[in-house]
Amino acid sequence: MTVRRIMGSETEFGVLAQGEPGANATVLSARVVTGYAAWVARRRTAPAAAGSAGADDVVGPPLGTGWDYGSEAPLSDARGFTVAREDAHPSQLTDEAPVLTSEQIAAEAIRESGMHPEDVDWRRVVMNTVIPNGARVYVDHSHPEYSSPEVTTPLDALTWDAAGDVVAHRAVELLAELSPQAAPVNLYKNNTDNKSVSYGAHENYTVAREAPFERITAALLPFFASRQVMCGAGRVGLGADGATPGFQLSQRADFFERTVGLETTIHRPMVNTRDEPHADGTRYRRLHVIIGDANLSHVATLLKFGTTSLVLNLVEHDRVPELELTDPVAALRAVSHDPTVTVEVPLRDGRRLTAVELQRAYYDAVLALETELAPEGLDADTAQVLELWDEVLTDLAADPTRLADRLDWAAKYALLRAYRQRDAMDWDDPRLVAIDLQYADVRPGRGLYHRLAASGRIRTLVAAERVTAAADHPPEDTRAYFRGTAVATYPQDMAGVGWDTVNVTFPGVRRGARIAMPEPGDLTREVCEGWFTAPDVQEWARRVARDRPELVTGSGIAPPRA
Amino acid sequence: MAQERIFGTGSRREEETDAPDPATPPTSGAAQARHDTQGTDDLLAEIDGVLETNAEAFVKGFVQKGGQ
Repeated sequence: MTVRRIMGSETEFGVLAQGEPGANATVLSARVVTGYAAWVARRRTAPAAAGSAGADDVVGPPLGTGWDYGSEAPLSDARGFTVAREDAHPSQLTDEAPVLTSEQIAAEAIRESGMHPEDVDWRRVVMNTVIPNGARVYVDHSHPEYSSPEVTTPLDALTWDAAGDVVAHRAVELLAELSPQAAPVNLYKNNTDNKSVSYGAHENYTVAREAPFERITAALLPFFASRQVMCGAGRVGLGADGATPGFQLSQRADFFERTVGLETTIHRPMVNTRDEPHADGTRYRRLHVIIGDANLSHVATLLKFGTTSLVLNLVEHDRVPELELTDPVAALRAVSHDPTVTVEVPLRDGRRLTAVELQRAYYDAVLALETELAPEGLDADTAQVLELWDEVLTDLAADPTRLADRLDWAAKYALLRAYRQRDAMDWDDPRLVAIDLQYADVRPGRGLYHRLAASGRIRTLVAAERVTAAADHPPEDTRAYFRGTAVATYPQDMAGVGWDTVNVTFPGVRRGARIAMPEPGDLTREVCEGWFTAPDVQEWARRVARDRPELVTGSGIAPPRA
Repeated sequence: MAQERIFGTGSRREEETDAPDPATPPTSGAAQARHDTQGTDDLLAEIDGVLETNAEAFVKGFVQKGGQ
C-alpha cells in the first residue's frame, strides 16, 4: 500500500486593500484573478521580460480560459441523496457562475474611488481561469481562490499548494505595478479575520467508491479533532470573533458546529459530504475536506496530506482503529485551545486520550497496515510521511516548543511569546494580532513565515526554485498535465476548461471540440506529450481524437493528416 | 531574564547535509544559550522592521467576507 493517491488543495486567500476600508471584496478578488490572468498573458508574450513590460501588454488578446461548470454537483450528498436547489443556501450553488457578471464588476470597479479603470482593461475582467500549471484561479464568493492541480503524492501536494502562494504574490505584485496610485491589494494565506468570519483551505482526496461513507466519517472525526496539533496554523484569540484573549492551535476550529453535513459556509461540519467527484463517479468519490487550516510550513502541509491519505487507506481496508469521541466538536475546540497539547478528550468507551495519543493510535494502525501490504518495503513517499509523523508526535509529547522550526502554530507561538516577553504584551494587544495576520502575508519580504523560512528558522522540504517552477508547470503524472499544457500551448483557443473537460474553438470557423478527462490519473505527460507538438489547436484535437476517440466530441474534426 | 530560546533545535534546510558548518564550531552550553538569546533578539529586531507600523489600524481594517 502507499500514501499515493489523487489529491489536491484549495486556498481561499484573505484579500485586503489597506486604506480602502469600503472596497468590495468581490471586486478586489476579481482584480486579483484578472491580474494573474494578465500576468500569464504578459509572460506568454514576453517570456524573457516577464515582470518588466508595460501595462499595454495587458490589452490585447483574451485573458483567461473560461470555466466549464459541466461537472459541478455541489448539492449531491455522499450519504446518497441530493439537496433540492430551493432548499440550499445561495452560497452552496457553486455550479453557477458568480452572481455578478464581469460587466457589473467592471462597472462597480470604475465607480469605486481609488479604482483606476485604465490600469487593467476592465472590459475583460476574468472571474475564472485555468493557468499553465493546471490550477484553477477564480473568484470564490468574496475571496480569490487557487485550486491546485491534481497530484499523486503529499510532496507534490505541498509543492503545488505552495506554488499557489507564488501565484498570489505575483498577482499582487502586478496589481501594485499596474495601479501605483490605488490602495495596494494584498493577500493573506489564513482563515479568519478574527471578526467572526472564516474562509477555507480545503483538501481533496480521491477515494474508492466502495468505501462506505459512514466508515469515512467514523475514521475522520477523531482524526480531524486531533491532527491540529501538527497541522494547525495558530491563531491569536479564542472564539469565532477572537474576543477571548489567548492563543490556539487552529484558525478554523472555532468555526465548526456539526460533525457531518453538506454545507461549507454555514453550520460548518467537520466532515463534509459534498459528493462531486469531477471524475468517473461509479469508481471514485472525492473526499472534500473543509476543516483544515491554510498551512505555510512544509512539514505541516506534508503531514496534512500524507497522514490523511494514509488514514483513508485504513478506511479502504477496514482497519480504522476503535476511537469514538463522545463529542467531536467539543474535542476539536478543546484540543485547539490547548497549546500545551496535554488536554485529554473523552471517548465513548470511557477512555480519555490526548490529541497526540489519538494521533499515535492512527500512526500505529497505519504503520501496521502499510508494512503488511508492502512486504518488499515502503515506497519513499510513504516512508517520508511515516518518519515525519513519528518524529513530530514524539517531539510534541516531549516538549511542543521544539516544533517551532517545523509547524506553523508552534513557529507563530514561539514568535508571539518572544514578543510578549520582550515587550510585556497581553494576548489582546493588537500588535500580537497583527503578527498573527502578517505571518500569512504572501509577500516574501513582509510575510513572517517567509522571513522565518528565508533565514533558515523553519525547515523546508521543497526548494524555493522548485515551488516557483510548479507555479508555471503542471504535475506530469495526472490529467493536470493535459489541462495545463493545453491552456499554455493554445491559449487563444480555450472555450471553457474544467476539472474533467477542455473545450476549444477552432480559429476562423464556428467549430470546436470538447475533450473529456474522466480519469484523473490518465492523460499524463507520458500519454499525451506528443499531441502538443501540433502546430494549431485543430490539429491537436485531431491527434487526441485519433488516439483516444472516446474522449473527444466535436464538430468537423477530420481524420488526422498523415 | 534573558529571552527564552526559540526556533532552537533542528532548523535544517532542504537537502542540507549533516556535516558541521566549518564557520560555526561546536559551542558550550552557556555559549549556546547566549547565542540563542542573541538569535532571538536579532529575529525580533528583523521582524520589527517589517511589521505593519500601525498595528491597531491594520488589525481593525482587516475585515473579510465569509467564505467556505
